[in-house]
Amino acid sequence: MSARRRTARFWLQAALTLLVCAFLVVPVILSILAGLTENFFVGLGSGLTLRWVGEVWTLYRATLGYSIGIALACLAVTLVIGVPAAYSLARVQNRFTRVFEELLVLPVAVPGLATALALILLFGQWREFRASAAFILVGHVLFTLPFMVRSVLAVMVAMDLKTMEEAAASLGASFTQRFFNVVLPNSVPGILAGALMVVTLSLGEFNLTWMLHTPLTKTLPVGLADSYASMRLEIGSAYTLIFFVIIIPLLVAMQWAARRAQTRRT
Amino acid sequence: MDVASRDRTRALALALPALAVFLAFWLLPMVRLAHVGATGEEGLAAYTAVITHPSYFRSLVSTVTLSALTTVATLILSLVAGLFLQRNHFTGRDLLVSLLTLPLAFPGVVVGFLVILFAGRQGLIGDVTAWLTGETLVFAYGMAGLFTGYLYFSIPRVILTLMASIEKLDPALEEAARSLGASPWQVTRDVILPALRPALLSSGAICFATSMGAFGTAFTLATQINVLPLTIYNEFTNYANFSMAAALSIVLGLITWAVLALARTAAGAGVAAAA
Repeated sequence: MSARRRTARFWLQAALTLLVCAFLVVPVILSILAGLTENFFVGLGSGLTLRWVGEVWTLYRATLGYSIGIALACLAVTLVIGVPAAYSLARVQNRFTRVFEELLVLPVAVPGLATALALILLFGQWREFRASAAFILVGHVLFTLPFMVRSVLAVMVAMDLKTMEEAAASLGASFTQRFFNVVLPNSVPGILAGALMVVTLSLGEFNLTWMLHTPLTKTLPVGLADSYASMRLEIGSAYTLIFFVIIIPLLVAMQWAARRAQTRRT
Repeated sequence: MDVASRDRTRALALALPALAVFLAFWLLPMVRLAHVGATGEEGLAAYTAVITHPSYFRSLVSTVTLSALTTVATLILSLVAGLFLQRNHFTGRDLLVSLLTLPLAFPGVVVGFLVILFAGRQGLIGDVTAWLTGETLVFAYGMAGLFTGYLYFSIPRVILTLMASIEKLDPALEEAARSLGASPWQVTRDVILPALRPALLSSGAICFATSMGAFGTAFTLATQINVLPLTIYNEFTNYANFSMAAALSIVLGLITWAVLALARTAAGAGVAAAA
């Protein structure tokens, strides 16, 4: 009897798991199909076409390059300021660095809308800055920096930084030499995982970007919102399809890198 | 010793660029935001408007209710699916896991659009219900649609955290409970759930805070939905009521931050008690 009850339980669990999977996947498939269908209202019977993808390409191509540019700039900034900050947090553990670590996470803990309003209210009068890509970049750096720092910090804390550095120092390596030749090479899995996360998050960021953008500084998600509001369903879907093509490989790479960083730790 | 302390100072100095960026572009703007919020027509009263002003209060209540419901539903669904996927090994399992985590990086706007395709005017649910009952069911453009969207972007995040914790559970404990005659439900309630408490608390808090502040999904579905982020957005862009928008966003920020901080303290205590 117990075995039968367990099977009922098993099948119930299996059904629910499949239902959750379907809930997450079916809309994505619908969206991809809608972007490739001649007329979604009529259905797939109206035939498959790349016409909508082509239209999106001519209408919104600029947002794509713009988003990639911002994401790469964001990656550069978070690498240059985030990796040294992570080292700092790994090497010195006292009350101040703990507070600093808490502070860095605030832009993620507080809704992006609040951060964006704050930036606009303080810097909005400064026209050149407000209208430039740097304004959006600032928002993206604030939002992605904690992910870079945490990812690198986790790897740095797990390796025996102190012993390695002492060994290098006893051989005469200076602080700078140790940072570049010992610390950085050993942190590569964390840096890689953090980098993929930063690029993925930056490409998809909307909450901040919608408030910070101007008609001349439109990112891909801003363009998406625009197409959902003003274009026919097929164009919105085709645009989303282009977004998926970029973001899904990044997502897969991100999970692979995170797993790799984790196995290096244990 | 001297060298070591010099190294510490140098290491600390490496945090300065990140600290400078944070102070100049986050803390300083936030101080300005708080100041703007306090110096509007209503003065400091703007900060209590979310409770004293009926329409803001309604917006707060519906945001909290929606976020709480999303959190509970997400935790239950993710727990069941997470336990199932971590405990049963079958062909296609890895594929299912990657499918579940697929929407992890979808922005809120895209999730909103997916909800429209799912339950909107030309949506799948509408087609299916029209075929089954003759009536087209459409629920994308209101609170139900928002709930669907929040569930959609919350499940992947929560399921990842929970699966990582489930993997670390000691199966021997469950085995022991079972051999002592505990029913599957008792094992779940007395062994599995207490062990997962820290993970449930922290992922639940993240889910709640994200839902409280989510903007993109509601923005795509309908700008008339009465949730706090949209209220703030409308105050700012449509009514140019900067001080009220500022005060409301400070309040919203404080709520999400407090929920996350509280959960971390509680989860931390749980970990300490278990160790």
